[in-house]
Amino acid sequence: MANINRKQFFQNFALETLDDKQLPVYPYKDPSNKELPTSLRKTSTGISEYTGPWGEEQIKHLCRRTLFGVTKADIDFFKTKTMVQAVDSILNISTTDPSPPLNHYSGNANQADADVPLGQTWVNAVDNPNLNGSRRSSFKAWWLSLMVNQDRTIKEKMNLFWHNHFATEANVVQSARTVYNHHKLLRQNCLGNFKTLNRLIATDPAMLIYLNGEQNTKTAPDENYGRELQELFTVGKDLPIYYTEDDVKAAARVMTGWRNSRTTYSSYFDSTRHDTTNKQFSSFYNNTVIVGKTGTNGATEVDDLMTMIFNHNEVAKHIARSIYRFFVYYNIDESVETNVIAPLATIFRNSNYNIKTLMDALLKSEHFYDSLNMGCVIKPPMDHLVGLARTFNLIFPDSTNVATQYGHYLYTQQVGILLGQDIGDAPNVAGWPAYYQSPQYYELWINSDSLPKRNQICDLLVYTGYNRSGFKLILDPIAFVSQFTSPEDPNLLINQITSLLFPIDLSSTSKTQVKTAFLLSGQSSDYYWSDVWNEYVAAPTNNTKKQAVYTRLQGMFKYLFGLAEFQLN
Amino acid sequence: MKRRDFIQKAITASALPLVINGFPVEALADNPIVNFLGKAGAEDRVLVLIQLNGGNDGLNTVIPINQYTNLAKARQNILIQQSKVLALTGNINTGLHPSLSEVRGLYDNGLVNIVQSVGYPDPNFSHFRATDIWLTGSDSNVNEDSGWLGRYLDNKFPNFPTNYPSANYPDPPAIQIGALISPAMQGKNSSLGMSITDPTSFYQFITGTVDPAPNTPAGHELTYVRLVAQQTQQYSGTIKAAADKATNISTLYPTAGQNSLADQLKVVARLIAGGLKTQVYMVSLGGFDTHSAQTVANATETGNHAVLMQRISQAVNAFQDDLKKLAVDDRVLGMTFSEFGRRIKSNDSYGTDHGAAAPLFIFGKNVKPGITGNNPIIPATVSVNDNVPMQIDFRAIYASILKYWFKVSDSELSPLLLNKTFPLLDIIAGGSTSAAEFTEAKIGVLENYPNPATTQTTIKFTCSGGYVKIRLFDNIGREILTVTEDTYSRGTHEVILNTESLNNGTYYYQLQQGASQLMKTLIVAK
Repeated sequence: MANINRKQFFQNFALETLDDKQLPVYPYKDPSNKELPTSLRKTSTGISEYTGPWGEEQIKHLCRRTLFGVTKADIDFFKTKTMVQAVDSILNISTTDPSPPLNHYSGNANQADADVPLGQTWVNAVDNPNLNGSRRSSFKAWWLSLMVNQDRTIKEKMNLFWHNHFATEANVVQSARTVYNHHKLLRQNCLGNFKTLNRLIATDPAMLIYLNGEQNTKTAPDENYGRELQELFTVGKDLPIYYTEDDVKAAARVMTGWRNSRTTYSSYFDSTRHDTTNKQFSSFYNNTVIVGKTGTNGATEVDDLMTMIFNHNEVAKHIARSIYRFFVYYNIDESVETNVIAPLATIFRNSNYNIKTLMDALLKSEHFYDSLNMGCVIKPPMDHLVGLARTFNLIFPDSTNVATQYGHYLYTQQVGILLGQDIGDAPNVAGWPAYYQSPQYYELWINSDSLPKRNQICDLLVYTGYNRSGFKLILDPIAFVSQFTSPEDPNLLINQITSLLFPIDLSSTSKTQVKTAFLLSGQSSDYYWSDVWNEYVAAPTNNTKKQAVYTRLQGMFKYLFGLAEFQLN
Repeated sequence: MKRRDFIQKAITASALPLVINGFPVEALADNPIVNFLGKAGAEDRVLVLIQLNGGNDGLNTVIPINQYTNLAKARQNILIQQSKVLALTGNINTGLHPSLSEVRGLYDNGLVNIVQSVGYPDPNFSHFRATDIWLTGSDSNVNEDSGWLGRYLDNKFPNFPTNYPSANYPDPPAIQIGALISPAMQGKNSSLGMSITDPTSFYQFITGTVDPAPNTPAGHELTYVRLVAQQTQQYSGTIKAAADKATNISTLYPTAGQNSLADQLKVVARLIAGGLKTQVYMVSLGGFDTHSAQTVANATETGNHAVLMQRISQAVNAFQDDLKKLAVDDRVLGMTFSEFGRRIKSNDSYGTDHGAAAPLFIFGKNVKPGITGNNPIIPATVSVNDNVPMQIDFRAIYASILKYWFKVSDSELSPLLLNKTFPLLDIIAGGSTSAAEFTEAKIGVLENYPNPATTQTTIKFTCSGGYVKIRLFDNIGREILTVTEDTYSRGTHEVILNTESLNNGTYYYQLQQGASQLMKTLIVAK
């Protein structure tokens, strides 16, 4: 029960046969990035507070970038607020930890758990090597469920940002309890203080395992964490001159002696393994010397290291750039660097690295609502999947049967693996390449393997659904269209749907084509749909009348999900 | 008969003796006609790249047996016991990791060339940057967007993807097995690679009205997504047809799901045998970043690295066997690579940190078998910083493959290597049109005195005349200076190297003349 049978899983994707029909050839001049598309961008907006119109366009943009997907209810909610109130509300996250992941697996005979009953949480139980895999699956299913059932705040998106920033792999960490604790740390600090978060991560048990800090000793310093701390987590390598190889070695020596306790699931400092000599850093860090300390005082050298690194202006800039690439667009040209990154970095630094302050400045800025920044993110797999589930209010099983409930969330998480984003198991310590690899960036999400699979999961959820343990995960297109104004009017209906689904709306020609092909079944009069819809509304339990509506909507949604516009955020 | 038809008939008839011009092929195995068919032209030739992600430990892969004493001092806790090292026929000084038994078999059968200490000047120790350097073929300090194979394929598929696929070029230029396309296939205008995981199933994209894309960043991304949809549609038919035409024959493949590299290579063999004209395939295997637990304590022939070695060995062997049985081995060249090797000195956690140069394998029926280059020299005292110095620039391998395997002309070659020249290597059988390419430039002697040096040393060398370059590298592979770069007459010459400004330590100086290169150690001790 813990893992979905892989073969069965693949079989759920209905394979379609090919025919020789070819798409028309479009004169694409610049199909993919050879270099950053700098010529496209003409905006010179900065971070002054946005004072323009506050309408659906702006609300949808804010939701797409800070939540997973956007729902009609989200739009209605934020319409009652001003831009400032909306952003304040998005950033007003809950400080309560969600209830922890549960044992969903021990109904399976070979996954019996002597310590944790079915339906109870395992996060306080001792690690069990035989159950670590099942518990990590439970963790991932649970995490996916938190995204799907998110409130209207940035919390889940920020968690994913930090997971990508401090990327780890649950498969490497192994210990499910340690994986969970690490996740909790990110979650609790996701809008907190970045300096604090970075310090906590430095001696976090999962990171000590993942980047070999546990084995980092005075006799054999291990450079893994010392390098990534600088290359990825803080100062970065964005400047032509950056930290040196000797800085990597010096940082590794500072961090010698930190170990994990297998009984308390926390880290501790072992002074006998610590290098007590002085650590000399390069001119990049003003030739700072971190004075070697003996005994338990050695544990404070990591704080000295953080102080030295955070004195460098590049930390705030590097983080501002990462935030920008995650939430706005990947292309940082001179104008964006000067008008957005630099002032954001200053605000971030002046706030002593308060993440909420940084996000507040970005999300209220005129630059964020610049129309040129709308729709230009290619959806990461989580946005594609979770966004689809949220926008269509996809109903997952309730907690009556924990195995069934977790099974469906785990299935959805595993579809994410096929699409290229396995939450909890980043590809490596740099996170997913689409967030950092120049010049392609987001385009890396989409290729001849992943794009068809993005369409296949949509088709599956529109048509057959995913059946498991007597519960069918399936989109309800009738419920979806029922929330709109006058669904019997095919023109109005299509306008409302495409406006919600696509950041670049379809042309009126295309909308007419969709209407005619699907809602009117090739007929030319609008009343054809109106009659079918009204008949269904008058007799919602009449299966024939329901089917007439249902099959037309299925066809339409399959088509709309297949459009390239649906891949944009 | 068109080549595609020939292949198709060959595959369909694989259960029966294949007959060409009235002669069964078995009887013609060494007949020039068959060889000619197999070597019809460079456009039939395929390169399969195996990327080992994470940085493979070269010193525990290809073991320099004559350096054992010093290796034992530097990496006692992970060194393979000398008695367990696999010996290579005809090479008493070099051996292989015990889990590479199938690779040893291929080597002994003349199907492998081991290239020693491959790297580049000023090695980068970041996984991400080092990978970019390998995939683009750039200098260490240059950021290049296009990939080395993308540049090659750009010349064969001008203006790709506009007007492709076409009647003459029905198949994708390059195929990546996996979900992410390698930057190695990035061309001037677009990536020339197509990414697949299952060659037999493809998705039918919807056709319909396409609205014009706005001239905004969103329009730019929209256009990109549309293009992928269009290309996927266009190439999916040919790939599926190729996959359907051929079946893997070898029984040596491990069970599916046990060895991801073998699973990927299995798909590649099937597509090649199915008649795809695709010239470049890329597959990958991860897990080589062995900072810890590279080996098991006191059983160094086991552990994570041993598992990885075994996967490579089994996968490559099954693939080669399959290619032979499918009668396409004449057309296929394989090569492994990793973004860097690992440090000479091991750490206390039975692992190794990021390093520099490392050996790699080139394999296939048309490989010139043997070992290219010499064993790395391991100093008696190894500090935690010491690295295996570069002996052969990775771009020398690229140059040799492009020139001798893909038959790229000299004038085309230079831009593909970003306008740099590298010595050519004798790694492809019959690759060179003239053996003189490898023999005309000969370095006789290379030595220096005094060594150790204090304030200066004299480097003496013998050359056959021509352009000569001598460079000095430090112990971690950084290029320190160029000693000389000039045209010299045939004979013996001396240049003086001032060592006053050099810190005490071990250095390497490398002489390069045409295809020849030689490296020696210089100690500075004041």
